[in-house]
Amino acid sequence: MAAVNMVAALNMALRQEMEANPSVLVLGEDVGVNGGVFRVTEGLLEKFGGERVMDTPLSESGIVGAAIGMAAYGFLPVAEIQFMGFIYGAFEQLASHASRLRARSRGRFSCPLVVRTPYGAGIKAIELHSESTEAMFAHIPGLKVVVPSGPASAKGLLASAIRDPDPVLFLEPTRLYRMIREEVPEEPYTIPIGRARMAKKGRDLTVISWGSMLHRALKAAENYDADVIDLQSLKPWDEEAVMASVKKTGRAVIVQEAPKTCGFASEVAAAIAEEAIAWLRAPIMRVAAYDVALPLPRLEDFYIPKTVRIRNTIDEALKY
Amino acid sequence: MAEKTIETFEVKRLEILDDEGNADKALMPSLTAGGIRNIYEGMLLARAFDERALSLQREGRLGTYASIRGQEAAQVASALAAEKSDWIFPSFRETGVHIAAGYPVHQLFQYWSGDERGMRCPDDLNVFPVCIPVSTHLPHAVGAAIAMKLKKQKSAAIVYFGDGATSKGDFHEAFNMAGVFRAPVVFICQNNQWAISVPLSRQTAAKTLAQKALAYGFSGIQADGNDAFAVYRAASEALYKAREGGGPSFIECQTYRISDHTTADDSSRYRPAGEVEYWKAKDPLKRLKSYMEKEGLLTEDYQKQLEGKNERTLDEAFREMERIGPPPPSEMFAYTFRQPSRRQEIEMRSFADGGG
Repeated sequence: MAAVNMVAALNMALRQEMEANPSVLVLGEDVGVNGGVFRVTEGLLEKFGGERVMDTPLSESGIVGAAIGMAAYGFLPVAEIQFMGFIYGAFEQLASHASRLRARSRGRFSCPLVVRTPYGAGIKAIELHSESTEAMFAHIPGLKVVVPSGPASAKGLLASAIRDPDPVLFLEPTRLYRMIREEVPEEPYTIPIGRARMAKKGRDLTVISWGSMLHRALKAAENYDADVIDLQSLKPWDEEAVMASVKKTGRAVIVQEAPKTCGFASEVAAAIAEEAIAWLRAPIMRVAAYDVALPLPRLEDFYIPKTVRIRNTIDEALKY
Repeated sequence: MAEKTIETFEVKRLEILDDEGNADKALMPSLTAGGIRNIYEGMLLARAFDERALSLQREGRLGTYASIRGQEAAQVASALAAEKSDWIFPSFRETGVHIAAGYPVHQLFQYWSGDERGMRCPDDLNVFPVCIPVSTHLPHAVGAAIAMKLKKQKSAAIVYFGDGATSKGDFHEAFNMAGVFRAPVVFICQNNQWAISVPLSRQTAAKTLAQKALAYGFSGIQADGNDAFAVYRAASEALYKAREGGGPSFIECQTYRISDHTTADDSSRYRPAGEVEYWKAKDPLKRLKSYMEKEGLLTEDYQKQLEGKNERTLDEAFREMERIGPPPPSEMFAYTFRQPSRRQEIEMRSFADGGG
């Protein structure tokens, strides 16, 4: 077992799934010769050849749309959209087709497709390279949404996504690509989609987060007796784990990187209010980015929820 | 230094059968008498279905329906050029394609009555479900075609759309990708001149739609879309080329939507009656029938037999749809995912308990 970063872990998952199953294909912009702009697909073209690792035209809807056709025909395509900010050209393909093909054809055709895309802020990129609009996708019936928070979970979740019989949007927090090194088992393994991970155990409150924000949530909760839950999957999400924890602690703080209004934290907060309000000792609290267009790099740090904001919210919840 | 022409193009139009039913023998596709009757029978059933669907809709027994009247040759003759192993990607105005492909007629009634089960394609056919958002299914056909190529299968994808679709982004992305990957796909545009109320002149400033293929590095041809022989020949050649590794083709079938856009539309609001009359004179069925009469392929008896058979087919299909009845409400929960999520399971239990 070696300590690797998320890029290497994702690469390992792709390589192993492609080795195990000749139906797995990779396609997207710059995924072949260049190995992906973040190098996630590095070496795959050399190993598996141009028929299985396809550099495509600059064509988001074409990439996802063609991947739908490939999936329906029996392949397991892993399509890359270079940045989540460019996914909207393919939004219709995901919302109107990938997510509905099984239902529309009453099971005759299905869409075992993975769309991988780097997302989230914190890398000081130009405009529209940093948003996190996961809630827009989690709202679509028939589409799964997965967000790893580190190298080990990235590898296991991507393997699950590739083997999943339904379409999965796999969001890779760009800030985490090279930030953390972690022991990642060499052999293939999966982490089930729809299951959360208890990142830290405690009794006084529950902090819920995913992706890049999980690390700030953990930092903020360092000196507290808190459960910190890494959701890992947003659709479906692990309501059982969250409810069990909240019923135990009586307090819930949800941390997301996206703007507050209609973010995924709102879904979690509403479900807690429906199922666990009788156990609550404090109002459910959300820590989120502001309802503004994500600023360019010089103001980016003021936009992303800071550890101190999370800690202040935890203190606020503990006052009750 | 010099300024020189580095590329020139030409766009061909294929016409074989004229309005009076005379065929250009030199251009005739290879079709036996049986093959010609097959096309005619498919077109006749497609028209009979169309008429029946319109009257059932008026009686409130079917939902909104998109008529194919006038487009029977473009649909039936092209779909009959396909093999069973080919994959067909229809838009929402493709009854003739479904019928030619052998799609169960009662399922077409089911679909237009608002029952998803109508789009459950039988296992021995490869017809993708109807695509409602215009042009967004073109990339699917390209992807399936690339998949066929990867599997080294001698198959092709055939995708249907209208003139309005050529204005959209997915048309461009699909054509472009098909060209780059030399995908075995045949793009068939039924240029029926109208996208609801918007005429072709508001979709494009180009002289033809066929020429658009040239910019993507493959051939485009315009066929008289009301001429079953021209359509059959163009589609057969394009499918053969695709299966043999020659890459994509584009066929613009110039035709006309005789009916309203759908049963929810009134085309008299936006188009001149004279134009409709002009195109009625070019009726694809009448043309093929005249030809067959002249060639001794069609007798009054045969025509009567066919009409009777079609009536029985449609009666039986509609009865079958009614016998099956509406889908059980629980059907709505099926097929979102292969395995329902925990939340869906809770929703299903609550629904089954009468919680609504």
